[in-house]
Amino acid sequence: MADLRSNFIGIKSPNPFWLASAPPTDKEYNVRRAFQAGWGGVVWKTLGSEGPPVVNVNGPRYGVVHGADRRVLGINNIELITDRPLEVNLREIKSVKRDYPDRALIISLMVPCDEDSWRDILHRIEDTGADGVELNFGCPHGMAERGMGSAVGQVPEYIEMVTRWVKMHSRMPCIVKLTPNITDVRKPAEAAKRGGADAVSLINTINSITSVDLDLFAPQPTIDGKGSHGGYCGPAVKPIALNMVAEIARSAETRGLPISGIGGVTTWRDAAEFMALGAGNVQVCTAAMTYGFKVVQEMITGLHDYLDSHDMTLSDLIGRAVPNVRDWQELNLNYVTKAVIDQEACISCGRCYAACEDTSHQAIAMKPGRVFEVIEEECVACNLCVDVCPVEACITMRELAVGEIDKRTGIPRGTYANWTSHPNNPMARAAE
Amino acid sequence: MSQARLSPGVVPGRLTQDELAANFVDVAPPLDRHEAQVAADRCYFCHDAPCITACPTSIDIPLFIRQIATDTPDAAAMTIFHANILGGMCARVCPTEQLCEGACVRMEAEGKPVEIGALQRYATDGLMAKATHPFRRAAATGKRIAVVGAGPAGLAAAHRLAAKGHDVVIFEARPKPGGLNEYGIASYKAVDGFAQEEVDWILGIGGIELRHGQALGRDITLEGLRAEYDAVFLGMGLGGVNALRAEGEDRDHVLDAVSFIRDLRQADDLTALPVGRDVVVIGGGMTAIDAGVQARLLGAENVTIVYRRGQDRMGASRHEQDHATASGVRIICDAAPVALHGNGAVAEVEFAYTEDGPDGLVLTDSRFRLRADQVFRAIGQRLDGAPEGLDLIAGKIAVSPEGRTSMDGIWAGGDCAAGGNDLTVTAVAQGRDAAEDIDARLTGRPVEIPG
Repeated sequence: MADLRSNFIGIKSPNPFWLASAPPTDKEYNVRRAFQAGWGGVVWKTLGSEGPPVVNVNGPRYGVVHGADRRVLGINNIELITDRPLEVNLREIKSVKRDYPDRALIISLMVPCDEDSWRDILHRIEDTGADGVELNFGCPHGMAERGMGSAVGQVPEYIEMVTRWVKMHSRMPCIVKLTPNITDVRKPAEAAKRGGADAVSLINTINSITSVDLDLFAPQPTIDGKGSHGGYCGPAVKPIALNMVAEIARSAETRGLPISGIGGVTTWRDAAEFMALGAGNVQVCTAAMTYGFKVVQEMITGLHDYLDSHDMTLSDLIGRAVPNVRDWQELNLNYVTKAVIDQEACISCGRCYAACEDTSHQAIAMKPGRVFEVIEEECVACNLCVDVCPVEACITMRELAVGEIDKRTGIPRGTYANWTSHPNNPMARAAE
Repeated sequence: MSQARLSPGVVPGRLTQDELAANFVDVAPPLDRHEAQVAADRCYFCHDAPCITACPTSIDIPLFIRQIATDTPDAAAMTIFHANILGGMCARVCPTEQLCEGACVRMEAEGKPVEIGALQRYATDGLMAKATHPFRRAAATGKRIAVVGAGPAGLAAAHRLAAKGHDVVIFEARPKPGGLNEYGIASYKAVDGFAQEEVDWILGIGGIELRHGQALGRDITLEGLRAEYDAVFLGMGLGGVNALRAEGEDRDHVLDAVSFIRDLRQADDLTALPVGRDVVVIGGGMTAIDAGVQARLLGAENVTIVYRRGQDRMGASRHEQDHATASGVRIICDAAPVALHGNGAVAEVEFAYTEDGPDGLVLTDSRFRLRADQVFRAIGQRLDGAPEGLDLIAGKIAVSPEGRTSMDGIWAGGDCAAGGNDLTVTAVAQGRDAAEDIDARLTGRPVEIPG
């Protein structure tokens, strides 16, 4: 069996599945249950400064986007950082860590943007036995209005400054949690690296309104007829998160900076995808909030089986897909494929036909008896038919051999060539 | 346990009131909102969907299911009713496994179709429960149309004609409207007086006058209707029942299955309805199943359906057959009755096994007898007393695809017309299409595309 033991910036855990800083990690009771269920680590819900704790709304905190059969695709929240006294959290962290020394326990922090506040909180958590800190520069609601959370994460100079204070006043490994509510995630990652961060974690939640109540005419969740944007997470945000992780993993400035992948990890496969794109481990929240802590067991067995069946170790997986993430201009324009419909597998629903005929390239013919066939002369290999087909692997893409005629263009398939040298590219000549 | 449970002969009260009530509950209880949403999620919204093609009324099934999935069931109901105003009954009695659900691509994918019938019932029940009739009549045309028969064909024709602004009079021979919906289907398929509720709801459009006790050839004549009305639609169904042509058919307790089903549907107190201890049903269609199953539910100890051909030739769908066998009914195929024995009342039925050869069905010498104190004939119905002057095909009224008979100004549809398949939904389609053709003839307006 593959070894799932993880060493992330020196923090060891029995597996690479951590619970993200969020409601499931707000108190000892939950965290103990999480560890009993098998989670490798926990990022404790964000602590604030000493003093009166923040308060939360007393109406609904979460909004949801459902898929078929009320499957949770995305949740947004307007909850703030922990609303429990600092001393209580510190006492509980110490107690849990003492009983679970083999698990990773990271403390998420968010205090005002001045050196004293950071020095003070770092001093307060020193003797908890925690393995590291995560700087919450990501929360997009509530705390951001007070100059914390994503308000810091959106200004690379602040990220660098605060990270430097943390490294100066603490010996703990420091993870900087990034907000996706920016235009180029590489900039805050570079700032974190300059400030001395040991790792970045991403993504935090995305600014969002999940739905509008069409009777109240108010965004949901609705508090007394009003709503505020919340932070979106869950399976729906995974594609955004994967791209941001990959951007940092492949950027020359940030390459090699350890990444903790977050954003819609629901199954072992999601976790493996994050890791293939460069994440050293993953953090999970929505899947646990939807199904309970037990989901980690599927993640563990699934990742085991995947690694074993591919004869890989965990470290073989991490970053393995990064070299294949490229700029568009590097893609091979002479790679030609054509859709092929497996008539045995086809159930004759005609969705490929409707999609292609109405919205694409009229490259599927509907023949008597509801037989659907690809017209290679028209097929641009867009993949839409594959995507809308309800039967897995019924429609596939066949790669043309080099030299084979593309019936659409009448031109034989050539060898690798990309946009940088394409005759239609006005810049191609200049590049020569 | 009831005293009469094991009594020989044809007696009432084999089961108690409570047992009967439990036996005759809704055979397919309605979906609630959650169940409907889950079921609707399974629809693939196929292009030019096979389920639509398979529906005789061409209901846009993917559209109405999508409307359910988006939580607008009333809009879904209107999609159904525009194509099929008896969509509520059809949701209950259609052999969906032979029609829409049989054609569902999910059958190909995993052998489990989208529950189209149940979803249709969810949508139509919801809208029908509302106080107002959802269709409005077009401006009055001043035309008057006679409809003979208040069954599915006649009601569908009348509603469509009324919607187009014509005034309609329905002539119905029986005391209640609904035709086979009221008199001819198993009671557990349409509980709580649904057939009458549906008729009332359809008549809610206005412009339809219903006259009872009016049988064609007895109280009214085709010539008379032709003279008085601008058009006539015949939808009186099939009044006669085919005979067994077996020796001893006239013995006591040998009945038409349709009469048994009718009496059961009209009974106020099922404990008063007599049924045999050993019941034999002869036939292989839906009527045979409905009679056999209900005999069991009334308390008959042994019920056997005997069909003269192979199982694959049975008119009843596999689903119906399974329902019968699950209810404790035994089905014997490839056997035909040759004699009914007994002294006064029937006591035994003698059958010969059959062979289906190139020259048709042949009786073999191999015989068996079944004990029977009650026998139901369910071997088809025929049109009794077809009006003179109309061309017939195989004993039924010949019609064009639009429902025109050989006589100008006379249309026909439903079971009395040739070429149908004895299904409620087909009768509805024929009534609707004839109404469109009548309207086009009378007003010059174009025929609306069905659905």
